[in-house]
Amino acid sequence: MAARNSFKGDWLVLPLVGIVAVLLLWTASSASWAKSLPSPLKTWEMSKLYVMEPLAKRGELDQGVVRFTWYSLVLVTKGYAIALLVGTPVGFLLGCSKRLTLMFDPIIQFLRPVSPLAWLPLGLVLFQKSEPAALFTIALCAMWPTVINTAVGVRAVPQDYLNVARVLKLSRTKTLFKVLLPATLPYMFTGFRLSLGIAWLVIVACEMLIGTPGVGGFLWQEYNSLIYEHIILCILTIGLVGFVLDRLMGMVEKRFSAV
Amino acid sequence: MSFLELTAVGKSYGQGSNRTEVLRDINLSINEGEFVAIVGYSGAGKTTLISMIAGLLAPDTGEVRCGGQVVAEPGPERGIVFQNYSLLPWLSVYENVAMAVDQVFPQMSSAERRARTEQYIAMVNLTPASHKKPRELSGGMRQRVSVARALAMDPKVLLLDEPLSALDALTRGTLQDEIARIWRESQKTIVLITNDVDEGLLLADRIIPLSAGPSATLGPATVVDLPRPRDRKALMKDPAAKRMRLQVIEYLLGEGRRRAPAQAVAADLTTAPERSAVAVVA
Ligand SMILES: Nc1ncnc2c1ncn2[C@@H]1O[C@H](COP(=O)(O)OP(=O)(O)O)[C@@H](O)[C@H]1O
Ligand SMILES: [Mg+2]
Repeated sequence: MAARNSFKGDWLVLPLVGIVAVLLLWTASSASWAKSLPSPLKTWEMSKLYVMEPLAKRGELDQGVVRFTWYSLVLVTKGYAIALLVGTPVGFLLGCSKRLTLMFDPIIQFLRPVSPLAWLPLGLVLFQKSEPAALFTIALCAMWPTVINTAVGVRAVPQDYLNVARVLKLSRTKTLFKVLLPATLPYMFTGFRLSLGIAWLVIVACEMLIGTPGVGGFLWQEYNSLIYEHIILCILTIGLVGFVLDRLMGMVEKRFSAV
Repeated sequence: MSFLELTAVGKSYGQGSNRTEVLRDINLSINEGEFVAIVGYSGAGKTTLISMIAGLLAPDTGEVRCGGQVVAEPGPERGIVFQNYSLLPWLSVYENVAMAVDQVFPQMSSAERRARTEQYIAMVNLTPASHKKPRELSGGMRQRVSVARALAMDPKVLLLDEPLSALDALTRGTLQDEIARIWRESQKTIVLITNDVDEGLLLADRIIPLSAGPSATLGPATVVDLPRPRDRKALMKDPAAKRMRLQVIEYLLGEGRRRAPAQAVAADLTTAPERSAVAVVA
C-alpha cells in the first residue's frame, strides 16, 4: 500500500482521470449504441445558455440553471424544515419511552420504505394543491432518518449524565435542554444529514410529477420537448447540488460530533 | 445517632431466576466529619452501595438515613464523584462546575456564583484549564473537575466512588494528597470507595472491607488511628499500619473471599509488587 502512495497529487489527479474516463465512455456510447444520447460536447452547446446566464428568466419553465435550482431549494427547505420540526420531537418521544417505541416502531419500519411517488397522489388528494402536496411528500419521506437517529441518540445517553442531572435536581425541562438535548445532538445531526439527502431525492420526483418550476419540472418538460441535452444538464445539476448539500451538512455534523 | 446510617440494607438485580443478590444486610454508621474508606473486590457491589447512599438507587430492604432523614432521592447535600467522572463533554471545566453552582445556589447573585465556581476550580488547581473541554484533559484533571463540581455544591457528605483507580500511580499520589487536604480544610464527611487498602490507610479514619459478591456484606471495621498528616513511605514501614493492613487483607482473603476466584484477589488488592511483598512479609 505504502509503495503505491508515491505520488502526492493523487487526490487531484485520480479523480480527474476518473472524470475523463467517464466522458470518453459517454462520447463513445453516444457515437455507437446509444444514438439518441447527446454527446458531452453537444450537451454543453445546448446547455451553455442556461449555465452562462444562470439567472435569466425567459419564461415560466425556461430559466437559467441557478434560478430553477433556487426554486427547488426553496421548496426542499420548506419540506425539510417540516420534516425536522416533526421528526425531532417524535424521535425524542420514541427515545424516551419504551412503550411508545413498541407501539410505533413497526409502523415506522413499514412506512419508511414507501416511495415518494406513492405519497404524492395522496398529498394531492389531501391538499388539492401541488405545493402542499409536494411538501407533505418531502416531509413524510425525509423525516425517518431524523426520527430514528434521534431516538437512538436519546437511548444512547449515558446513565451517568442522567445521574448528574438527578443529583443536581434539575427539573424535567432543564434535564431535557441541558443534558438530553446536547448529548443527543451528534446523533440528531447524522439524522439531519441523511434526511436532507432524501429530501433532495424526493423533490426532483415531486417536481417531475406536478410540473412546478424547478430542476425536476424543467427536466420533465425538456423530456417532453425532446431536448435530451437538458435532461443531462438537469441530472448534473441535481448531482452537484446533492453533493454540496451533503458536504455542508457533513461539516455541520462533524462540528457537533466533535463535542 | 450518627450522621449517615445504613440499616439492614440489601439490593438485588434482575428478575425471576436471573435475580442475584448483590448486597445483603449492610449496616454502617458514619459520624459527621468522619472519613470512611470501603475496600472491596471489583464487582462486589461498591458502586451499588454508594449509589444507594447517594439516593440514585433505592434499597430493596432496609433504609439509608442521612442527618436523620430517610434518603429517598438524590440531592446536592450528598455530592458524588462518579467512578468514570461523568463530566458533561460539551461543557468546559468552568461550565461543568458552574452548572452545579447555578443549580444549587439560585439565590446567589451571578457575581457570587461566578466567584464560587472560580474558587472551587482554583481549589483543585485547574484555573489555567478552566475553558478547556473534558476531552482535552488528562484523567487526573478530569477527576479533579469532578471533585470540584461535587464540593462546589457544598454537600454534607462527599461520596467518592473509586476516584483514583483509573489513574497512574504518580497522579494517584498527588490526588490522594489533595483529597487529604480537602478533607482537612472542609471537615466534610467523606465516604471513599477504593480497591486499594493503602489508600484507605493514608486517608481514612476507618477502613471497612466489603466481602466478595454475590450477597456481599461489610466486614469488621479497622480503625486507623494513625497521626495525621500521614506519609505514604512511612506508612509502608509503620508497624501499626502493617497490622491494620493485614487485618483488612486477612478479612478480604479469608472470610470475605468465600466466593471470589483467587486470581481476582491478587490482581485486585495489590496494585504494586512491593505492596504485595509487604503484605506477605507483614
Ligand atoms: N443495573 C444493573 N443491573 C444488573 N446488574 C448490575 C447492575 N449494576 C451492577 N450490576 C451487577 O452488580 C454487581 C455489583 O456491581 P457494582 O456495584 O458496579 O460493583 P463494583 O462497583 O464493586 O465494581 C456486579 O456483578 C454487576 O454486574
Ligand atoms: Mg464500581
